[in-house]
Amino acid sequence: MRPPETGAPLRRLEGQLKVTGSARYAVEYALPETAYAWPVPATVARGEVRAVHAADALAMPGALAVLSHENAPRLGPADDPILSVLQDPHVPHRGWYVALAVAETLEVARAMAAALQIDYAADAHDTVLTSGHPKLYEPEQANGGHPARRESGDFDGAYAASAVRVDATYTMEAEHNHPMEPHASTAHWVDGGLTVYDSNQGSTKVKQALAPLFGLRPEQVTVVAEHVGGGFGSKGTPRPQAVLAAMAARHVGRPVRLALPRAQLAGVVGHRAPTIQRLRIGADRQGRIDALAHEILTHTSTVKEFVEQAATPSRTMYTSPNSRTTHHVAALDVPSPSWMRAPGEAPGMYALESAMDELAVALDIDPIELRVRNDPAVEPDTGKPFSSRHLVECLREGARLFGWADRDPRPRSRREGRQLIGTGVASATYPVLVSPSTAEACTEPGGGYRVRINATDIGTGARTVLAQVAADALGVPVDHVLIDIGCSDLPAAPLAGGSSGTASWGWAVHRACRRLRALVEEAGGDEVPSTTLRAFADTAGEADAASDYARHAFGAHFAEVAVDADTGETRVRRLLGVFAAGHILNSRTGRSQFIGGMVMGLGMALLEGSTMDPVFGDFAERDLASYHVPSCADVPAVEAHWIDEDDRHLNPMGSKGIGEIGIVGTAAAIGNALHHATGVRLRELPMTPDRVLAHLG
Amino acid sequence: MKPFGYVRADDVDTAIATVATEPGARFLGGGTNLVDLMKLGVERPALLVDVSRLPLTGIDPLRDGRWRIGANVRNSDLAAHPVIRSRFPALSQALLAGASGQLRNAATTGGNLLQRTRCLYFQDVSKPCNKRSPGSGCPAREGVHRDLAILGHSEHCVATHPSDLAVALAALDASVVLRGPDGERRVALTEFHRLPADLPERDTVIAHDELLTAVELPAPPPGHSAYRKARDRASYAFALASVAAVLDVRDGEVREARLAFGGLAAKPWRARVAEQALRGAPATEGSFRRAAEAELAAARPLRDNGFKVPLARNLATQVLTSLADAHHQSPSAR
Repeated sequence: MRPPETGAPLRRLEGQLKVTGSARYAVEYALPETAYAWPVPATVARGEVRAVHAADALAMPGALAVLSHENAPRLGPADDPILSVLQDPHVPHRGWYVALAVAETLEVARAMAAALQIDYAADAHDTVLTSGHPKLYEPEQANGGHPARRESGDFDGAYAASAVRVDATYTMEAEHNHPMEPHASTAHWVDGGLTVYDSNQGSTKVKQALAPLFGLRPEQVTVVAEHVGGGFGSKGTPRPQAVLAAMAARHVGRPVRLALPRAQLAGVVGHRAPTIQRLRIGADRQGRIDALAHEILTHTSTVKEFVEQAATPSRTMYTSPNSRTTHHVAALDVPSPSWMRAPGEAPGMYALESAMDELAVALDIDPIELRVRNDPAVEPDTGKPFSSRHLVECLREGARLFGWADRDPRPRSRREGRQLIGTGVASATYPVLVSPSTAEACTEPGGGYRVRINATDIGTGARTVLAQVAADALGVPVDHVLIDIGCSDLPAAPLAGGSSGTASWGWAVHRACRRLRALVEEAGGDEVPSTTLRAFADTAGEADAASDYARHAFGAHFAEVAVDADTGETRVRRLLGVFAAGHILNSRTGRSQFIGGMVMGLGMALLEGSTMDPVFGDFAERDLASYHVPSCADVPAVEAHWIDEDDRHLNPMGSKGIGEIGIVGTAAAIGNALHHATGVRLRELPMTPDRVLAHLG
Repeated sequence: MKPFGYVRADDVDTAIATVATEPGARFLGGGTNLVDLMKLGVERPALLVDVSRLPLTGIDPLRDGRWRIGANVRNSDLAAHPVIRSRFPALSQALLAGASGQLRNAATTGGNLLQRTRCLYFQDVSKPCNKRSPGSGCPAREGVHRDLAILGHSEHCVATHPSDLAVALAALDASVVLRGPDGERRVALTEFHRLPADLPERDTVIAHDELLTAVELPAPPPGHSAYRKARDRASYAFALASVAAVLDVRDGEVREARLAFGGLAAKPWRARVAEQALRGAPATEGSFRRAAEAELAAARPLRDNGFKVPLARNLATQVLTSLADAHHQSPSAR
């Protein structure tokens, strides 16, 4: 019998196109008469545009138009207020778009933008989150629809009565997603219909957003996202560039290209909100947790409420009869925060897993053993059984592979010259999310099969994995399958986000292919059928059905760091992760997802942070020279392993999402290793040399 | 981007003459900083005179053990040159600590010394900056300044100079050769870059119509040299602080020490006070630390960059200690 295609290390189907430069991205579609747009960000953090003086800009040779709230077409209703661009003079934060220059060339558009004179009435701004900020309030919900507050038992009483207590506050600066490809669109109107080539994580959603804004029926809008150069959540929701490009294209009657400049991204495409997280854990002398509180302070914008759900992992991870998890948020004059790889889990697990390490030190218990002792039989918050939970196995297997048993737990016990060496461990978790999708499968006239679904491959390997899923469902080798994704004219599908893409799309693809296979068999099973056979699937009502199980992926992260005792420079020597995330559908792209997440976690731990400029009220870092992501030299040996789970409560492929869990425990593992190396407990990200040195003296 | 003219210079004197007649002209070397700044709207030249093809590419011995490095020698070529590696290791190490491999392949020796500060306000034309737009103000003092100066700054400017190469050259007593319409002059590297005082827009003493044609190195000083840079990430990051040092030890005593700091001021900071303190002192970690502290007593940190004081002190101590250890192991090394 032929081995299944899923699980095999199939290379990316579009890999050759990408490395040869022939894969087309959003602003690489050469349409005749294309014009170029350059957006103009507000230079005040709060206030109003009083006037836009465009005469000089419009006098430039090649100038086509300047759009602002004074003359821009009125848009229809927007679900997301960040898409209501150029509709009124109000400036909710620095960087908010106040005008758009359109010209024959990119250079002229840019020069026009620089030549615009914009008069503002500026008000004092309020952009710095503090723990006592008077605008903090308790929202109803946090991101993902999670209740802002959950309580069980009597936290205060149990905590006060606990033999051993940890009370620690962890802070994190804002972070930015900064995908390689910026947010970009080419918009084109033909016969009253709109086509947008757009860099996004889900073009069905972009189409649904654009249609009402421009007074169109959904079928009049086509959004193409054939190849996408990363998103990390920042392209999960439609972004202003698609609206601006479409608006400008309609205004000048020509296709318009708009790639947002890197320097503007921090102001308009979301960020991971800064958090101030207080963790209190009370345990008995054996390390059994009796009380756990995880309380979040964060910010949102005045444009919309987005609450980083950082306390939610504490509702899943460890047994605690008495618990409290809360979120408070302040609406400041800042850009609107949004999703960044593992929203909630990444910051929340940094804090929880750091606090667990502090508890292990306080108890003098091995940190792995402490986690094992508190591994719950059912999900603490819901009381539901887990569909599968192999956290303990991940920790044990990771310990074996990493060589944890040889560790001397005493801080500052390893030294190589001026380098202090330490190791740390942390757990990871990420929920299993899945959404309904449609898909179509049909036979090809010359033989073979074609699968059509508006999935989006943002660099993850989704296209490749879906072909593998289809091949197995059809019972054919993967090279018999053609796959069409990345266009909203294809059967509707949810976005690549929440680590849910493959599960959601794969379910529908699997269903459609199974049906097609049955049709082929009914028709006699010919390899080359005389007529095209076609099968459709829609997983609505099934994929989104409530489960009786708590479904989460788990993982364990191990890190070894070297800290320069003189400079505080902290460099990672080894990262090792072991994950339990269902069945891994492609071992090559799966590994790439895990190690990519771990490298991003390394950046979160040591490098990444957007500084709120108190003078101007914006994020100071505007390029990849100042916003530090890991360079190759920062990334040491990174190993990803996994425990292949057989979980029947997920989807037909038996998969959990893997796009995000790789980042989740990395920062805590590195911070815990830093503590082991130095004896210093730094409760602040990123752990840059200035912060480390302050404790080393 | 403002439209600009471009000419490729065929010889040095024509290049100089061309720039001399056009106030808006700039020499273009590797372009790794100037072109970026043009894209940002920070630099708005009317004319670029491309000097990158001029034959200023030699690394040649002069009399008395001196060396001359042409202004167009690429950073990677200079770092890899056998003589530079063996006799001026601090110089090679400084180059390799800078930028990325790709940038070092493009960046020139002259351009490296003439690069502008990476202060975030200088690079953001939507905000004031006295260096970019004299008289507009300096928001860095109250704003984001973790990476900025603790030494030699003024109320008008707290920028740092970003070059690693310049710091090593300062410690090695290098000079630059500046050629203008009326001939050549030599300026000590330590006098080439300026502190801001009340003219922060002037980074160096070079005149508009002068071309930096070469760097001259005196004979390698006795002793060992090294460069060490502390930075946020392991590659492609500017110095939080750096140290270039040359140390000559005899019988456990410092005969001669030359020390320069990077990342602390608008120029490479030659640590004369520390050098004076070290001469004749025992070559011990304690001496090194005290000497660095003596130099850094002049520091005036801002709200968020006070860490640079202990960082620079520790770096200097670490580098000098390692050089003294190297001496102990091979006292005759040059």
